[in-house]
Amino acid sequence: MKRFIAKLLFLSIISTLPLNVARAQRQTSNETLIRNATVLTVTRGTLENTDVLLRNGKIAGVGKNLNASANARIIDATGKFVMPGIIDCHSHSMLDTINESTLAVTSMVRTEDVLNPTDVDLYRELAGGVTTLNLLHGSANPIGGLNTVVKIKYGRPASEFLFPGAMPGIKFALGENVKRSSAPNIPGVTRRYPNTRMGVEEVIRDAFTRARDYKRTWDEYRAAAGKDKNLIPPRRDLQLEPLVEILEGKRYVHAHCYIASEILMLINLADEFGFKIKTFQHVLEGYKVAKEIAAHGAGASIFADSWGYKIEAYDAIPYNAAILTRAGVVVSMNSDSDERARRLNIEAAKAMHWGDMTEEQALKMITLNPAIQLGIQDRVGSIEVGKDADVAIWNGHPFSVYSRVDTTFVDGTVFFDRQEDLARRPELAKERARLEQAEPNKPAAPGTPSQGPRRRRPSQ
Amino acid sequence: MIKIVIAILICASSVLAQQIGNPTAQQGVIPARGTFAIRNARIVTVSGPDIENGTVVIRDGKIEAVGTNVSVPAGAQTIDGTGLSVYPGMIDAGTNMGLVEVPQGANGTVDTSEVGDLNPNAKAIIAVNPHSAHIAVTRVEGVTTTVTAPAGGLISGQAAVINLLGTAPKEMAVVPQAALVINYPRLGGGGGGGGFGPQQQQAITSETLAANERELDQIRKMLRDAEAYGRSQDAYEKDKSLPRPDRNVVLEPLVPYVRGEQPVIFRAEREAEIRGSLRFAEEMKLKPIILGGNDAWKVASLLKAKNVPVILTGIFSLPGREDDPYDTLYEQPAKLLQAGVRFCISTGDAGAEVRNLAQYAGMAAAYGLSKADALKSVTLYPAQIMNVGDRLGSIEAGKMANLVVTDGDLLEIRTRIRYLFIDGRPVVLTSRHTELNDAFKNRK
Repeated sequence: MKRFIAKLLFLSIISTLPLNVARAQRQTSNETLIRNATVLTVTRGTLENTDVLLRNGKIAGVGKNLNASANARIIDATGKFVMPGIIDCHSHSMLDTINESTLAVTSMVRTEDVLNPTDVDLYRELAGGVTTLNLLHGSANPIGGLNTVVKIKYGRPASEFLFPGAMPGIKFALGENVKRSSAPNIPGVTRRYPNTRMGVEEVIRDAFTRARDYKRTWDEYRAAAGKDKNLIPPRRDLQLEPLVEILEGKRYVHAHCYIASEILMLINLADEFGFKIKTFQHVLEGYKVAKEIAAHGAGASIFADSWGYKIEAYDAIPYNAAILTRAGVVVSMNSDSDERARRLNIEAAKAMHWGDMTEEQALKMITLNPAIQLGIQDRVGSIEVGKDADVAIWNGHPFSVYSRVDTTFVDGTVFFDRQEDLARRPELAKERARLEQAEPNKPAAPGTPSQGPRRRRPSQ
Repeated sequence: MIKIVIAILICASSVLAQQIGNPTAQQGVIPARGTFAIRNARIVTVSGPDIENGTVVIRDGKIEAVGTNVSVPAGAQTIDGTGLSVYPGMIDAGTNMGLVEVPQGANGTVDTSEVGDLNPNAKAIIAVNPHSAHIAVTRVEGVTTTVTAPAGGLISGQAAVINLLGTAPKEMAVVPQAALVINYPRLGGGGGGGGFGPQQQQAITSETLAANERELDQIRKMLRDAEAYGRSQDAYEKDKSLPRPDRNVVLEPLVPYVRGEQPVIFRAEREAEIRGSLRFAEEMKLKPIILGGNDAWKVASLLKAKNVPVILTGIFSLPGREDDPYDTLYEQPAKLLQAGVRFCISTGDAGAEVRNLAQYAGMAAAYGLSKADALKSVTLYPAQIMNVGDRLGSIEAGKMANLVVTDGDLLEIRTRIRYLFIDGRPVVLTSRHTELNDAFKNRK
């Protein structure tokens, strides 16, 4: 009986994966030829009746009447569209925890340590044509934790998700979240510093002042260590090390922000300390200070049209993307939500609806531009020979609200296929029905203490 | 020097104008009705076939005529609709439009939820703010009408059907008291959600069932009291020799609902909540509408048998269970249509997202619903569900002139709205957002 239950539990675990490992890896050939599609290359325009050849995880050919080897999988994509896998520059998917909120500076914590590769939202994102995520720490601290850039290899271990060569990054945050505006005042409990946008500036200034001294200490040590082998090295500081990397241009800053004044504050502070903000995240009032953002050289990773959900979002306008783009800022559209991540194509198309962006400009906002913002533009973000075979086949133009994804490839391997998904449903439904009838899963009799299934992890 | 002072004053006043609740340019004046004709346009009537190259005549707030052989009245202002399409305005039947300005960090701007659990006398139409920035922001995207509902407790209050134009609630009201809103007691919680972290459905335990019964009893008792109240008032009206029953402002508004004369909206997402709502409505002889309805497809045959419509608000929610198919909520409208269940599509949003209603319907069309039915699900279907199908939701002579003139498919993202009429009034296509855009787009 015990073994029976154990088997049921095991079945129940695998049945929760709509796409199991075996299916993902069933594809034996390392070559796929997508034939006769409309290809949105992003960098080289839209190509009609064009083939895309994926081989050994790379895009091996883009053109008419391409040849593939005999064992290649051939997909007839007549009437369909191929676009690069969508890159979401602000995600919290697969993070078991998002905020280390106890301190104002938490640059010592890493999102890489809390990756959950079985998060089903990853699969749902693949079904929306998304292939790469910038996993960011939350926005509870002026200086937050380190990011992780991943490819969505759902069904594989977390270590295989890591995007090789992506620039290391860190989350900064300004404004209401950092001030803990929504945190209750508990009598007898001191609020965490800072409580104002003045304090936020001071916290970041203090951290970089310490980081600069720390760097100097190490520079001096290294210079002297050559002459004196008995010199004791300085104590390592895990909080300050990432900040030194920022000062040295080795780590990208992704700074959550909303209002114009705090954006200017961070630009001025970064300029003073001699580092760059790689992206302003959300940056809802970016349109008010577009020229300053452009002059600093920062990118903007924004929502298409979210607004009004809190005071600092009240001046958000959907023309933000267009004003920033015209000012010369590299703009991406992000989700910051496992739900919205599934429809970033719609979010990008909104840049055409509001603000007269061209189709190419709008497409870039979910492909090449976020790739630039993550330092992976040589690998992904467009359909070009030599780039990673991260592409999605859509049944219509991805900017049409009536379109959906048929197949999503990551490194040339199918990680989502609608037809296969549909084909598995009857079998999974049967399995679920069987499991629901099993003894351990039956509802408790009235009056017995509740024994709800243990949640895999707490809700946020 | 004076010039500088004036310039500073102008700057200061424009900053003030951007603050919450202050009027912006398009407020305060309601455009006049008149006689208008949109000619040579593609007319998507929704209730009948599309008319290529037709004319719509608007007079005194109503659609006077529509068709290919329609003559333009003398003195009508005409719009050349060549290359354009005319649609009925979209209707979102599940919002708190006008009751919330900023939901987080600004409680003073939130008027959705009264204190206590039983507030049938809380009327949305009383608190709707006609000058909310959300209203113009929403209408310029083609949503002309919303159901705006209170949200708190068990009996939340009464929802209104409003047009998104007017300087006073009375001018906006299509039906000031359109439905009673009941939050069916939550069973287990979870499911759906916006996606910042996982929100799976939780198990229903015996404790939650017991709590559910206690809460239902509270609602039941109040509805029974309202029945008794109605009977005693009626009896007194017939026979003034009886002792005069006191008036009761809490019970009185419930009378038309407990008599089944007006619909009761039940907020219910999960299967058990929907089934519970249907059972309760039958027991109390109410006329139910389900709001939310993420699990409605599991109750489809019962919903059809009871002819109970569903206002679907979960198109853009994550599926409630880990092993639900990824497109469960995208394809639910198609499933319900096939099963013969009446439904409409709503954003379910307080206000800010309501302008994206078209995309909610479009997504349903990407997953099985026909384009025509997707359009109906945000026009005619919500009108019919809210009992205003004779006045709204399609382009027919005699209906209220809520019309949207577009340069393409109304549900497509890239489509632009070119002209807008609400209640027969031509609406300028500006909002707080276009004003901020104008103020900053040329900043050097």
